[in-house]
Amino acid sequence: MKIMIPTPLRQYADKKDAVEVNAGTVAEALSGLTSRHPELRQHLYTDDGRLRAFVNVYLNDEDIRYLSKEQTLVKDGDTLSIVPSIAGGIG
Amino acid sequence: MATITQLEPVTLCKEEILRYSRHLIMPEVGMDGQTKLKAAKVLCIGAGGLGSPLALYLAAAGVGTLGVVDFDVVDFTNLQRQIIHTTADVGRPKLDSAAEKIKAINPYVEVRPFETRLTSANALDLFRQFDIVVDGTDNFPTRYLVNDACVLTGKPNVYGSIFRFEGQVSVFATEAGPCYRCLYPEPPPPGLVPSCAEGGVLGILPGLIGVMQATEAIKLILGKGEPLIGRLLLVDALAMKFRELKLRKNPDCPVCGKNRTITELIDYNQFCGIRGEEKPEGGSKMPEISVEELKRRQDAGEDILVLDVREPHEYQICNLGGHLIPLNDLPKRVNELDSSREIVAHCKMGGRSAKAVDFLRQAGFTKVKNLTGGINAWADKVDPKMPKY
Repeated sequence: MKIMIPTPLRQYADKKDAVEVNAGTVAEALSGLTSRHPELRQHLYTDDGRLRAFVNVYLNDEDIRYLSKEQTLVKDGDTLSIVPSIAGGIG
Repeated sequence: MATITQLEPVTLCKEEILRYSRHLIMPEVGMDGQTKLKAAKVLCIGAGGLGSPLALYLAAAGVGTLGVVDFDVVDFTNLQRQIIHTTADVGRPKLDSAAEKIKAINPYVEVRPFETRLTSANALDLFRQFDIVVDGTDNFPTRYLVNDACVLTGKPNVYGSIFRFEGQVSVFATEAGPCYRCLYPEPPPPGLVPSCAEGGVLGILPGLIGVMQATEAIKLILGKGEPLIGRLLLVDALAMKFRELKLRKNPDCPVCGKNRTITELIDYNQFCGIRGEEKPEGGSKMPEISVEELKRRQDAGEDILVLDVREPHEYQICNLGGHLIPLNDLPKRVNELDSSREIVAHCKMGGRSAKAVDFLRQAGFTKVKNLTGGINAWADKVDPKMPKY
């Protein structure tokens, strides 16, 4: 499956905009991602291993908080999107 | 369908009918829609990147009353994207410049300028005077303030946000749909997400996103089409891909949920973890050196290694001939540095280099200092020929 990396986090993922992983659940997919790009871990997870509140994860177009959270099952062809909050505007 | 509260009836004069001809011949607008636009009052938070196209198009479309909140002054770095301001406006308050352009495009628009910072003390009174709030701010405390004040006053919040070449758009409608806190219950800690000033932004992107916000504001006024309520539109201008995600109203949302705990505006700087002026960790004892002092000591022939922790593309704009190691690469390239030498770290303005100094001191470097004000201070005080960015 494909994990979409948002612009602010690409600097921690070798500037990639998407990464392919093999996974059965959202947790496995994210773990596959952070083992390949360890710097991403602190941006996605708190010190006690919970997903950060300002990082939303979507399976296709659905927020995993309204599915089975990180235990949500995934299959080939699914797209997981990491959607962090951004604040820019006036600049 | 979400529509805004009842608008008072207005009529169009002959000149206005001619001006809005291309709207009036469309069944989706017509006389009915155009008078709704004229009766509507829209508040734009910010007259910058997003606020520029927003205000210009809402004015051209005939929105009768446009409020604008801003307290900034136009500078040269704004002109790459803030198209409501021109080169001649540099140094003027953005509000004066914006009001002038709005009036020039459409004298039938009433502009209500508010030269103030939006705060918990003034937001509710301000929002109550308008039908729709359009959020074009550039920082998390104001984003949460705008959201909460919209929920508390029952005003739809037309949201847009940008970073580099990526944008987000949605409509947080207080009754019908989720709010910003349903999407993001908490802000990121300060420093984790770079601002436009640090991260840069493709100048066209606020145009694209701001025009989408203007489109949503106009649809809400007309009560036509499908507003972006409960949907988050992600725009990637580089790939030119648009994706849409579902947003749900969070039943446990602290401001719009059933058991809400936030019933008045709070201290948003505190909520976002900002304590006055941002100082990097360990900042109390940050060793600093001024640009004048560095210049004097370099001229005296002292052995000082200048460490530039910016990105390579910034080095190309201007540099002090320093050794370039971008801040993010410092941990893996620290062995390039000789800890016995005196090191002065710099970036553009001093923020990133303070983090670098902090890191190096923890790594055992004792003779390392931060260049106060960065290369911009060097351009201001030492070498006026050096470009600033």
